[in-house]
Amino acid sequence: MVNRTLIGLLSGALFGAGLAISGMLDPVRVRGFLDVLGRWDPTLAFVMGGALLPMAGAWWLQRRLPAPLADQRFHLPHTNPITPSLVSGAAIFGIGWGLGGLCPGPALAVLALQPLDVWPFVVAMLAGFVVAPRLQARGRT
Amino acid sequence: MTEPLVWQGLMGGVLIGLAAALMLLGTGRIAGVSGLAARATGLSDSGAPRSLAVAFIVGLPMGALLVALAGQDVVARFPMGTTTLLISGLLVGIGTRLGSGCTSGHGVCGLSRLSKRSIVATVTFMASGVVSVAIANAWGFAW
Repeated sequence: MVNRTLIGLLSGALFGAGLAISGMLDPVRVRGFLDVLGRWDPTLAFVMGGALLPMAGAWWLQRRLPAPLADQRFHLPHTNPITPSLVSGAAIFGIGWGLGGLCPGPALAVLALQPLDVWPFVVAMLAGFVVAPRLQARGRT
Repeated sequence: MTEPLVWQGLMGGVLIGLAAALMLLGTGRIAGVSGLAARATGLSDSGAPRSLAVAFIVGLPMGALLVALAGQDVVARFPMGTTTLLISGLLVGIGTRLGSGCTSGHGVCGLSRLSKRSIVATVTFMASGVVSVAIANAWGFAW
């Protein structure tokens, strides 16, 4: 069986390389994509379009495969239902994304190049990971 | 001024899509960075096996570093200041966990799967991102 950890490392590295080549490590460029009323930069749309093509093929293949290469079965998230947590979480994420021009992938990838610039974002994001489940638990009671 | 990167954007995007495809067909998991990062740092109990999450999260900066070492000029400008970084990082951390994903999981993986949850999440975070930038600009926080 192919080594699962090795596939993860390779996938992560390809992902990071793609982010670097596409210009998505630059918060100014990413913020520019969201600045539709100002100096709009469409680059992110090309990146998303480029990424969706191979992934659409991968989903086509996935539906025809009994299992992935390095596991007994696929472990896929639900595609339904739409919950208040999903929508409010996405809205909160979007506000942060617009404010800083960074989402989790580029923030972690740029750690290798400019750690002194990006560390406050990464530390705060990890703090957010800690806080989120507590907020969610409070929302349920 | 920053010109749009059409070809580099498309090529980098295809690499990102291939990375997510490798994760899906190789390990049976979604290449969602927020979930894998929470799992790798021990801040989430569910999801991918810890070793797999750690491997992906370690690989991510390695890939970016390799591109820079190969000679490409990798630009990352940070004019926004530490306070903005701290606030935006906290919101991104909370929002991606509550919303079960970010640009990679919901955007790249979910949209291509035509997942209802991911379509709603992606439209929502794109819209709130646009609004947040517009408000920041109106209040004089443009950068």
